[in-house]
Amino acid sequence: MRYLPKSDSERREMLAACGVESAEDLFAHLPEAVRLKRPLDLPDGVSEYEIVDYFRRQGDRNANGYASFLGAGVYAHYRPVLVDTVVSRGEFLTSYTPYQAEISQGTLTTIFEFQTMICQLTGMDVANASMYDGSTALAEAALMAARLTSKGGLLVARTVHPEYQEVLQTYAKNQGMPITEFGYDPGTGAADLDDLERKLNSLDAAVILQSPNFFGVVEDVNRAAELAHRRAALLVMGFTEAVSLGILQPPAEADILAGELQSFAISPSYGGPYAGIIATRDRFVRQMPGRLVGETTDTHGNRAFCLTLATREQHIRREKATSNICTNQALIALMATVFMSVYGKQGLRELAEQNLAKAHYLAGKLTPRFSGPFFNEFVVSTNGRNPEEINRALLERKIIGGLPLGRFYPELSGAMLLCATEMSRREDMDALAAIF
Amino acid sequence: MYPENYRYTKEHEWVLVEGDAGTVGITDHAQHELGDIVYVDFKYGRDTLKAGQQVEQGKSIGSVESVKAVSDIYSPVSGEIVGINQSLADTPEKLNADPHGEAWLFKIRLSNPGEIASLLSAADYEAYIGAEK
Repeated sequence: MRYLPKSDSERREMLAACGVESAEDLFAHLPEAVRLKRPLDLPDGVSEYEIVDYFRRQGDRNANGYASFLGAGVYAHYRPVLVDTVVSRGEFLTSYTPYQAEISQGTLTTIFEFQTMICQLTGMDVANASMYDGSTALAEAALMAARLTSKGGLLVARTVHPEYQEVLQTYAKNQGMPITEFGYDPGTGAADLDDLERKLNSLDAAVILQSPNFFGVVEDVNRAAELAHRRAALLVMGFTEAVSLGILQPPAEADILAGELQSFAISPSYGGPYAGIIATRDRFVRQMPGRLVGETTDTHGNRAFCLTLATREQHIRREKATSNICTNQALIALMATVFMSVYGKQGLRELAEQNLAKAHYLAGKLTPRFSGPFFNEFVVSTNGRNPEEINRALLERKIIGGLPLGRFYPELSGAMLLCATEMSRREDMDALAAIF
Repeated sequence: MYPENYRYTKEHEWVLVEGDAGTVGITDHAQHELGDIVYVDFKYGRDTLKAGQQVEQGKSIGSVESVKAVSDIYSPVSGEIVGINQSLADTPEKLNADPHGEAWLFKIRLSNPGEIASLLSAADYEAYIGAEK
């Protein structure tokens, strides 16, 4: 961004050109009642050194050097150095896609690569250029299912990330889309598909399931899809831990996949920005929200990229558009693109295997609450102890513990959700287990 | 250019009426304004338009999409849908090549032939699009 300094004389010149006495006069048309009649509560200017020092001190308050076993939707994975090297290039970092998007062949090329790799990873036919995050992607997938089926009801598993469920509620509330929850098996921690079968009726548009689910348990997506299809509903599968796609079989029967790519070299950053994704079957593409980049040839016959199927979008179809999203998370999705390129198919599989192995090592030292198969997250019983107390004791040893589940599931108030990744060291896992 | 025996709407549809049977399409002017047509979507309300559906004059029965534009199609008359040109699903470009002939959109049994009086003649339509330009 350009820095444009201005001197007092330049200020006076500009005010004179506007025909006003002071900068305050520029706001004279605003009603008195809404005007702030005092200077902003900001300190006077400080030196550059003081500013740098201030932020360094703030930075020192971060939990640098702590081991983390906190997952629950945001994961501590290694970010390859190459990611920032690529995304901090000016061509990507400072550019905004022009409204004639095809001018930016470089940007479109990276988005096309992104879409292609997401399809390879998920086994789906088509993926969009990315969504804001996993939760909004899941809600958009629900709306998409409603358009495709001309129905409105949603059957949502209680094992879907509770905050994703809240976003779903927000989206569905004023769309005439009633939400029905179905429960989970208290033994396995997987969604109770018998409960789903009982509650599902022919007015429902979609069954919404997350796998691995919020408890880390891998769901039987194909069976849920079969139940959904029997009632002419679609199966929407959400995910929060993208690394699991490196080892788990893509759910062949799911109709729409909607998830979060934070695990792919997107730093946690206190909750965002992240990048979501929707991937689906070719036959559903006209109801898919979001930008889509396609491959074409230019007038000279060279390979080129363009925005395609844009008539789904708001700038053309107005109130009948598939969504009010008319952008994507280009820079953040690029982080995921570089991540996928760095690891490759084999590397991602090895990464997933490490996650699996470490989480199972840690779980072996604790008392897992559920018996269902899990990837890198699992629920443990605290054996009568207060989970917050355990976390406080862990913090003293520079270990960030898991998520106490009582906040979202009152019946699990004596349980904690733990996560181990490739970053988890054996000594930290052993130390954590010793505190329990 | 614009057949004398067709009737036209200001939304750029044409209808050929024979007895109580109507054939509906979009005009050459409409295809020209849209550019390369890539998709035709038949929808009445939230549902896919099917034969047997009763439609009202002036109601949207779907849309035509070109590469960078989309336009609703309105039924020029009321009646019962008796046929839809399914071949447009695979060859929407026919709408650019032969909008007044092979690329008709749907056939309808008119429930109120009196509505025809409210439509434009070929000469009126040509004058209308001339003024629109």
